[in-house]
Amino acid sequence: MMKNILTVICCVMLTVSGAFAGNIVMKGSTTVLPIAQAAAEEYMKLYPDVNISVSGGGSGNGIKAIIDGSCDIANSSRFIKSKEVVQATEKNVFPVAHRVALDCVVPVVHPSCPLTDVTLDQLRMIYTGEIENWKALGGPDKKIVVVSRDTSSGTYEVWESKVLKDGKVSPKALLQASNGAVAQLVAQNSYAIGYVGIGYVNDQLKALTVNGVKATPDTALDGSFPISRALFMFTNGWPEGDTLNFLNYIGSPVGQAIAQREGFVPIYKLN
Amino acid sequence: MDQSLRNKNRISRRLREKIIQSIFFTLSLVSILIVGLIFFFLFNEGVPIFQHISIRDFLFGTLWYPTADPPDFGIWPMIIGSIFVTSLASFIAIPLGVFSAVYVSEIAGHRAKEIIKPVIELLASIPSVVIGFFGMVVVSPFLQKTFDLPLGLNVLNASMMLALMAVPTISSISEDALNAVPRSLREASYALGANRWETITRVVLPAGLSGISTAIILGMARAMGETMVVLMVAGGAAAIPGSIFESCRPLPASIAAEMAEAPYRGEHYHALFATGIVLLILTFMFNAIADHLSHKYRMTESG
Repeated sequence: MMKNILTVICCVMLTVSGAFAGNIVMKGSTTVLPIAQAAAEEYMKLYPDVNISVSGGGSGNGIKAIIDGSCDIANSSRFIKSKEVVQATEKNVFPVAHRVALDCVVPVVHPSCPLTDVTLDQLRMIYTGEIENWKALGGPDKKIVVVSRDTSSGTYEVWESKVLKDGKVSPKALLQASNGAVAQLVAQNSYAIGYVGIGYVNDQLKALTVNGVKATPDTALDGSFPISRALFMFTNGWPEGDTLNFLNYIGSPVGQAIAQREGFVPIYKLN
Repeated sequence: MDQSLRNKNRISRRLREKIIQSIFFTLSLVSILIVGLIFFFLFNEGVPIFQHISIRDFLFGTLWYPTADPPDFGIWPMIIGSIFVTSLASFIAIPLGVFSAVYVSEIAGHRAKEIIKPVIELLASIPSVVIGFFGMVVVSPFLQKTFDLPLGLNVLNASMMLALMAVPTISSISEDALNAVPRSLREASYALGANRWETITRVVLPAGLSGISTAIILGMARAMGETMVVLMVAGGAAAIPGSIFESCRPLPASIAAEMAEAPYRGEHYHALFATGIVLLILTFMFNAIADHLSHKYRMTESG
């Protein structure tokens, strides 16, 4: 009896001391923002004493913030650049990368479009304006309506780095402000092509295979689907305390399910 | 006793007047202060972009790649897009607005007026996002089918939706202007043997012209500054539209689409604020013209 009470007291003391320090500041990529935001909200429900603040600003600004010490976790949609590593080590900051999810972007067309597969090269030519007619791809003699995202979005960044390479999107491409708007436009237009995060593909859209590979969480994970990238959270040194606990939470099946719900691919297979 | 009480009452009454007066004064001062602050911050956040790019390249550059390396910040296609959409919208909205005002004010019987007037005013109360949604879901597929276009989100669609929003403004202000035309003018016209058509076109319309012009300019300013509709139905291509069936990207749509993700105080951020300055100057010009016209109008009316 006495033993039981003692264990209870010990447990209470442990949780109290564990939940004491609680303040995590996150900054950086707007692509990672929805995951960070949703995970932070769920985490704070579990640990009401921990206060997590999340803000955007872009990957570069996040990494800058971890270097000058103004945040605990830097969200980044790309790996740290060597120039940034040099800047960090000069200030005795040692960035550690934590992979939190995969961002997989899928080209989509109207379900009535005869096309089922494109190559990366064809996609590049469609988006830079070198191919303007569906005929060049074996479709009807109709102008291609090219739909792109606004250039500051994370989805566009993936597209730019994986598809466009050094090219620029033709100014004639329609720019839409969200994944949802692109999906809506393409679902309504038989001659449109667009791209959305894998979480936004629905049965009103036809997802194209790229170089013969279908976009699925599996192909994104093993790297065979070419238009995907890893998303990171950086910490200064190996994290401790609440920061470690929070990153473990994101890496756990619960956290990965949140990432999936936000339209991203989990870093391992969820059951 | 009675006298002093009355005195006291009078003092407290005067004091109350003074307090009320100063409250109203402060409140009106607040709105002036807010306008001033908006101007200050808009310029404060927008002007730094001109350290990176000349005003000329910003206004007349035809490429907009804000996140490329090196970035291009040319807003000429957006300025043209705004002007194109606004002009076409006015082209549609001016006849609709002015003629319905003429009908309501000069021709309609009492009962027709009772119905038409509130309905036109109801149009003004439809939220812009609803009009945008209507353009996206109903008008866009319709245009696409009717004209066999690759795309229904284009200049024509945006102009039609903006016209829908400008009509109530134009119509109700025009109607006020027509109502202000003295009855004696109409009576004199009829006395000279003119019929109703001649009276409207030769007497009433010219007399109300400056008021109608004010109405038109205010309607155009509304179309120019409208954001949600153009964001939803103009298509968003940052290229100079070649025809009314091509998509474009007016200034407000550009700001609304990109501001959320532009890095704080980065070049892109400053460029979007500078776009806001350009838009403000354009709508300010419209308002100044409208103000000038209405002033002129008041002079002719009293004279």
